[in-house]
Amino acid sequence: MDYLNALVAFANFVFVPGLAYGAQLAIGALGITLIYGILRFSNFAHGDTMAFGTAITIIVTTAFISMGISFGPLPTALLALPFGILGTMLLVLGTDWAVYKFYRQQKASPVILVIVSMGVMFVMNGIVRFIIGVREVNFADGERFIITAREFRTMTGLDEGLAIKTTQAITVVVAFIVMALLFWFLNKTRTGKSMRAFSDNEDLALLSGINPDWVVKVTWMIVAALATTAGVLYGLDKSFRAFTYFQLLLPIFAAAIVGGLGNPIGAIAGGFVIAFSEVTITYAWKKVLTYLLPEPLEPDGLVQLLSTDYKFAVSFAILIIVLLFKPTGLFKGQSV
Amino acid sequence: MNPAVKNTFLFALVGVLLVGTGIIQGWNSALVILNMGLISAIMAMGVNLQWGFAGLFNIGVMGFVALGGLAAVLVSTPPVPEAWEAGGLRILAGLVLGAATVVAAVFAQRRLEGRTRTIVTLIILIGGFFLYRAVFDPGKVAVEAVNPAVSGNLGGLNLPILLSWPVGGLLAAGAAWVIGKTALGLRSDYLAIATLGIAEIIIAVMKNEDWLARGVKNVIGLERPVPYEIDLQNDPGFVERAASLGLDPVTASTLYTKIGYAILFTIVLLIILWLAQKALNSPWGRMMRAIRDNEVAAEAMGKDVTARHLQIFILGSAICGIAGAMMTTLDGQLTPGTYQPLRFTFLVWVMVIVGGSGNNFGAILGGMLIWWLWVQVEPLGLGLMNILSSGLAEDSALRERLIDSAAHMRLLTMGLILLLVLRFSPRGLIPER
Repeated sequence: MDYLNALVAFANFVFVPGLAYGAQLAIGALGITLIYGILRFSNFAHGDTMAFGTAITIIVTTAFISMGISFGPLPTALLALPFGILGTMLLVLGTDWAVYKFYRQQKASPVILVIVSMGVMFVMNGIVRFIIGVREVNFADGERFIITAREFRTMTGLDEGLAIKTTQAITVVVAFIVMALLFWFLNKTRTGKSMRAFSDNEDLALLSGINPDWVVKVTWMIVAALATTAGVLYGLDKSFRAFTYFQLLLPIFAAAIVGGLGNPIGAIAGGFVIAFSEVTITYAWKKVLTYLLPEPLEPDGLVQLLSTDYKFAVSFAILIIVLLFKPTGLFKGQSV
Repeated sequence: MNPAVKNTFLFALVGVLLVGTGIIQGWNSALVILNMGLISAIMAMGVNLQWGFAGLFNIGVMGFVALGGLAAVLVSTPPVPEAWEAGGLRILAGLVLGAATVVAAVFAQRRLEGRTRTIVTLIILIGGFFLYRAVFDPGKVAVEAVNPAVSGNLGGLNLPILLSWPVGGLLAAGAAWVIGKTALGLRSDYLAIATLGIAEIIIAVMKNEDWLARGVKNVIGLERPVPYEIDLQNDPGFVERAASLGLDPVTASTLYTKIGYAILFTIVLLIILWLAQKALNSPWGRMMRAIRDNEVAAEAMGKDVTARHLQIFILGSAICGIAGAMMTTLDGQLTPGTYQPLRFTFLVWVMVIVGGSGNNFGAILGGMLIWWLWVQVEPLGLGLMNILSSGLAEDSALRERLIDSAAHMRLLTMGLILLLVLRFSPRGLIPER
């Protein structure tokens, strides 16, 4: 039995990737949950908003690299991120003005807004393909690893290595900063407080003189920033393809619903719940178990509960279980 | 304009578009569009049944369509005896065990109380899962090892492929029953996410379970309900008749088979349309619309809302399954990798919304019209881009970019059409009466 090696293997294959993926999902789910809380509909275009922000960031990154600007050991994309956010803000504010505003004034039912967001999804998907194409893009540059498996092995003398990619560390750090900023904004600033009031009770908020147009605008801007950040972090960690971003919609929605729609803390918790369950259930545990169990008990197979192709099934199963037993989510979300 | 005249005009417009395609691009392309348009119209009727009649928000159409396609393979392909010997029974036993586990868990949930309930359910589920894997996995490995280059699956029943159309409907209905039982009590947008997820899972299963229908290795060369072109060309009688119409045998045979498909599809379309119209105008249809318009009031009148929702969810999904089996029959192959939600779920939704939700004729019109547009946007876009970029130099990067991007015009156009219809004519082209 070798607990230390088992722990390192666990950290390398489950904990670190799960943490980074969870942070990406959490930021994505925050965007979904904010729109749900304030604008009161499930935004199906969110995945494509993320893709749009990432596409703009990639274009700016390429321009920076060709101009010789770089961020030292960190990926240049972080420098380009503010431009991506700005571009996405313009896009979503434009969409809101051209599309959603009309239905808000009509007081259309949420399900109509969902269908409208399907239309927006199509258009945004088209725009993204238009500006960047359908090919896979890798835009991570700078140092690839903070610590490689080999360095870790020579440093500690263990058999197992622990590799931490720069992008994973950046994801966690950026996610932490983003979440801290968001909660500071929602809890301490005047606009943030009015947003929460608007989310809790629209009529009461309007009575107390909150300007709904301003609240909606600020929400869209925050959502654009969150979506772009989530998209860029995911793209840095893995790679960018317009189609994968559309497929991220499912785990992100699952995260937001599992946490409780409309509840930001829930969205973060949900993101990590979904990410860790996906990774644990699709990871082949043979290696870890071989270290932990005495020799006669060592497993023959891979001890993989489900093949990685079924990761959708995992987020989905958790979603269904939570909905059946706790319909408002783990943290109390809204139920309309 | 009175509605009947307007509707006739709209359908005539679709006819003109198809005839125009026939004259400009050739009758072969026109018939290809017509056949897929008929199938799309049936899918749209299925979604219209759920959304237009009952207000159920199902965005898992792709999954049901794919199940129909699976039925086509399972019904028509010949069985693989070696595979059945190698592990067929093991796989069946594994599946039965898996199903028994779920049933036992549900039973435990219903019958037991408190903490015992949770513990017993967990034991049943976890124990059942490992038991299932222990029985199922060796069978799967053995079957997939049987001649993987050409089969590696259990094969089907070797029955006529036309039989797979109702079977596809049944398969989709069965899946819909399971989904409906778990998810129909949920709010509309939760149901949407649930169906979206189920569709992805169905596709994932079809891609990865090679023993079932060869996964991404695809099943090709399915049996056809219409004669093969090559047989027709070798038939002297057919060649003679073609010559008397002034056609060469090759063209005549391709047109002949496509018209054959079109006739089959039209028959199915008319049967489903007749049934759907009967349903719409029956007391049952009125009850459905009453539930859609005000669930609380309908429930207060003693209508069992959940049961009716389940009923119509199954019916609509079955229609999508039938359409899926028809599509796979038309393609002659099952390629799980090509099922994409934008094409098979959201496009069908565009058809329903544009055609007019709640109206069967609207769904058919939407299906045919939007399908025509989906096919034609690319050449039209390319033409447009060529005109736009004609002032630019031959080798300019912008020109290349513009022409490349014509391929992506489809999604953009479909989104714009959906948004414009929702904004300016939310009831669609042929509104509900």
